[in-house]
Amino acid sequence: MTELLQHIVNTLILGSTYALLGIGLTLIFGIMRVVNFAHGELYSFGAYALYFVGVMLGLNFFLALIVAVVLGCFAGALIEVVLLRPMRGADIDTTMLVMIGAMIVMQNGEQFVWGGVAKSVSTPFPELPLVIGSISVSWLRLFVFCAALALIGVSYLLINRTKLGKAMRATFQDRDAASLMGVNIQFIYMATFAIGSSLAAAAGALLGPVYVISPQMGNLASLKAFAIVILGGLGSIGGATIGGFLLALAEELGAGYVSSGYRDAMGFLIIIVVLLFRPTGLFARAERIG
Amino acid sequence: MKRLVPYIALAAFASVPLWLHDPYLLNAFITTGILIIAAMSLNLLLGYTGQLSLGHVAFFGIGAYTSALVSLGFDVELIGGIRVVHEPWPVWTGFVIGTLVAALCGYAVGKLSFKVRGAYFVIVTISFAEVVRLVALNWVELTQGPLALTSIPPMTLGFPGVGYLDFYSKQSNYYLVLAVLVVSYVVIQRLVYSRVGRAMIALKENESLAVSVGIDVTRYLVLAAVFSAGIAGAAGSLYAHYLKIIDPDVFAFLYTVTMVIMVISGGKGTLAGPIVGGLIFGFIPVAARSFATPEIQWILYGLLMIIIVFVLPKGIVPAIEKWFSAPNTSVDPEPLQAKMHDTP
Repeated sequence: MTELLQHIVNTLILGSTYALLGIGLTLIFGIMRVVNFAHGELYSFGAYALYFVGVMLGLNFFLALIVAVVLGCFAGALIEVVLLRPMRGADIDTTMLVMIGAMIVMQNGEQFVWGGVAKSVSTPFPELPLVIGSISVSWLRLFVFCAALALIGVSYLLINRTKLGKAMRATFQDRDAASLMGVNIQFIYMATFAIGSSLAAAAGALLGPVYVISPQMGNLASLKAFAIVILGGLGSIGGATIGGFLLALAEELGAGYVSSGYRDAMGFLIIIVVLLFRPTGLFARAERIG
Repeated sequence: MKRLVPYIALAAFASVPLWLHDPYLLNAFITTGILIIAAMSLNLLLGYTGQLSLGHVAFFGIGAYTSALVSLGFDVELIGGIRVVHEPWPVWTGFVIGTLVAALCGYAVGKLSFKVRGAYFVIVTISFAEVVRLVALNWVELTQGPLALTSIPPMTLGFPGVGYLDFYSKQSNYYLVLAVLVVSYVVIQRLVYSRVGRAMIALKENESLAVSVGIDVTRYLVLAAVFSAGIAGAAGSLYAHYLKIIDPDVFAFLYTVTMVIMVISGGKGTLAGPIVGGLIFGFIPVAARSFATPEIQWILYGLLMIIIVFVLPKGIVPAIEKWFSAPNTSVDPEPLQAKMHDTP
């Protein structure tokens, strides 16, 4: 019983960051129809940005987190303008290849700049975990959970309560009609990619200190994000949030009760099963953002 | 003249071991040849049916592991205490069984994953490859996991009453790979110039139209997947018996990416495309190793990939063909094509 409770606590913390990854990708994939293989690299970009600003420049941990998210936003905007804008109108396979190329360049760039040795980031949180009954949670993980939930809330409000969000939803539903209504599609695409990237970078910056930061950390993150998007249904923030927690639960239970070697297989099995039996995802009523 | 090109190319490649004695370069030719076979098999799916499978390395790896295990033998206990013992068989049976098992997997994966299209098809195929990789990594009793399967015997061919041929040397392996490459080329050529191939191309150009004229889309897609997976499995088997060691890294996503970029750069949907693209991308690491660390090589690789998609999206072979035939066809109007609006 204690073991199960501990698994559930871990699920909540891991799931909240998975949800961030998933929301970022569901916006990009939903609005732009870009299969973003670089998503995982933006996740590791966020972690390295935190390391650079927080450890090498010695900035305060919380400020460094904010800087990492902002840098992720800029990196996303840059990728969109340089690589995706010229590819407008190209078919989905072509942009996918470009993003795979970007993934290879970014991952090996990280390896080149930072070396293959994993980095760790120290945090201002106390070493001793918070113990409630028989469960223990480190303060850092608790903070990660709260920060991720806050960011999920912010992105929900951004999509549903702001003018930019309304324009994004309109673009998702019908690009041409939105364009005719005066929505600047080029700007919406750039904003979408930048927001999605900053959410991925936030997930990386939050999880980086929990684990270690290495160039390979983004390897599976793109595919896990896809598992979440497919689980939650395209373009649904609520779906991506629940999908993130479900994937984390499947991984935790799989690792705890089946075999830790198959932890990462859970996401892929979810993809295969969901796509074959319920291709619209578990929560999609219709394809819409919000 | 154009009909002679394949024969001239074949003669040129057959002469390579006669004048090239540097073992490093010969090794590069052999591994490139194996990857070209895999890329040719991917081209059957990607170029002729238009389905981008990013899990193609799974079939390559399944062929490699099956072939190695058949020729090495294994002893595993399945769930429920059933023990499966397999004594080593001759290596050529490993090659045949590896090819067949890969083709069978192609059938199963095709049957299941052709229910979805586009981005979702891509993601299902990657997921399949990753699951297979994790099984190879974790089923240590069968595959030795990360410790790798070692001392895989080299390919041997027995001829009753005559003796047998073994493929220890690099020269003999080169000819073995070349022979399998030629056979695969002919099989793919026969396939795409047949009724089946025309059906595949029809459904690539316009699936709804193909369905409306009575083409059983799933059947032809699955057929393409079976041939494609089988040929990839044969390439994997050659790889295992040439290197004599395989580990779960054989399922790495980057191998699939390499195959894809070989096909795209050479020209998808052309028979010569994967060979041209394969030679270029197979020898880039050879050319770059003198001045670049592996990371830089990969960065160059990624940049080249982006540049090719931007500059030569149709690939090198169609560009050359267009250049050669330009004077005759420049006055022809664009061929009429049935176009339908793709609703996103």
